[in-house]
Amino acid sequence: MAVVTLEHGKKSFGQTMVLKDISLTVNEGDVLAIIGPSGGGKSTLLRCLTLLETLDAGALSYGDIAVAREEAGRAVYGSKDVLRQAKTRFGLVFQNFNLFPHYTVLKNVIDPLVVVEKMPKAEAEARGRELLAKMGLSGKEDMVPCELSGGQQQRVAIARALAMNPSVLYFDEPTSALDPELTREVLRVIRELAAEHMTMVIVTHEMTFARDVADQIIFMDGGSVVERGVASEVIDRPQHERTKAFLTNYQHG
Amino acid sequence: MMGILADGFVLTAEIFVVTLVGALPLGVLVALARMSKFKPLSLVARLYISVLRGTPLMLQLMAIMFGPYYLFGMQLGSDWKFYACAIGFILNYAAYFGEIYRSGIQSIPRGQYEAAAVLGYTRAQTFMKIVLPQVMKRIMPAMGNEIITLVKDTSLAFVLGIMEMFSAAKALAAREVSMIPYAIAALIYWVFCLVIEMILNRVEKRMAYYHD
Ligand SMILES: Nc1ncnc2c1ncn2[C@@H]1O[C@H](COP(=O)(O)OP(=O)(O)O)[C@@H](O)[C@H]1O
Ligand SMILES: [Mg+2]
Repeated sequence: MAVVTLEHGKKSFGQTMVLKDISLTVNEGDVLAIIGPSGGGKSTLLRCLTLLETLDAGALSYGDIAVAREEAGRAVYGSKDVLRQAKTRFGLVFQNFNLFPHYTVLKNVIDPLVVVEKMPKAEAEARGRELLAKMGLSGKEDMVPCELSGGQQQRVAIARALAMNPSVLYFDEPTSALDPELTREVLRVIRELAAEHMTMVIVTHEMTFARDVADQIIFMDGGSVVERGVASEVIDRPQHERTKAFLTNYQHG
Repeated sequence: MMGILADGFVLTAEIFVVTLVGALPLGVLVALARMSKFKPLSLVARLYISVLRGTPLMLQLMAIMFGPYYLFGMQLGSDWKFYACAIGFILNYAAYFGEIYRSGIQSIPRGQYEAAAVLGYTRAQTFMKIVLPQVMKRIMPAMGNEIITLVKDTSLAFVLGIMEMFSAAKALAAREVSMIPYAIAALIYWVFCLVIEMILNRVEKRMAYYHD
């Protein structure tokens, strides 16, 4: 079953078209990796999918929720209520974590549950502690983010997103702000989620990781999907020249 | 002598408190107007801030004190000077506080708003729970400076003939041909500021459990 479907998504900033007719479907349990050179529109795509930006044209739906439909070449968004509902269906993990610095680790994870979901505090706390334990962060509950390493902060951010029980979890270069050692611990957590069949869309520059963890890969360049296919196929036997050039660069770099 | 200075101090403290009670919230409106997407409103706010920060407070107090008479021929009672004083101080300090609030609000990274939006916080929840507490911490040093300055600025009320502590000291000094009243007044201002600094330090310490 499709968790998220985007059809013919288009987005411009001023005169520049950043997304040129992008379509994608992510089914339950799928892991989709998005790779491509910087400036290719990967972040903009995730920002449109997470409603941080609005599409100019195209249709977007989360399961049975029609977030935006295309009408006369323009994207028409649903009511506030629809958008609020849709927001419960996804989570987003940012490159630079964006934890709330004034909250403890535990509060970062449970505050959205209490404030947005109106979950009783005790229940939220139990859930928060469990998720933090799963992220290997037991004992850090009462610390504040600035006392943690980048890798730990990113795992808190993942716990915070998971706490809301999203149908799909987006990652925008989750390890690009981390050094190799911290990158490994974050990637390990994402691998574990994949093994549990968490539905995920991951923008990443870690090609080996992308091949291992993803079912499908999309290669984006210049605002278009240049190539898409089974992860190992795209990485090991790219068909398009631009994909080949990009991957060669990465293998040497 | 101490009695007169003590009466003066009461007035000084009153000006101080009234100014804070009026200007701390009014500054929020100034900041909101200044950041408004509605251009005319933001322009008016900019002009307001620019004029109130760009002219002497003493002159502003005089303008409010005598403006109603010269402009409209209004005869205002002897109590008017207290209102003029409160209005002048509040309007002036609201301009400064508004700018501090604005710079504080604008210093919060966009990522904080975006993280909150994706998690489903409403705009009001985002502001009250995520943005405001962080703004408070960031603006504390600047607010502290302004509040300390206000203690000493209260002495400007003397131009309106209000017998706050400075005016009282001046009168006493003239009567007794002595510098002592000035010295005592200076000491009291200083102690007043010390107390406020202590309070500010405590607040800042309490907010020091994280840094960003
Ligand atoms: N808010 C914005 N305003 C104007 N241009 C933007 C904005 N966000 C992104 N862009 C532009 O859109 C293009 C794609 O950016 P982005 O989606 O961040 O690419 P990627 O994540 O693949 O590096 C870039 O050229 C970038 O400069
Ligand atoms: Mg990006």
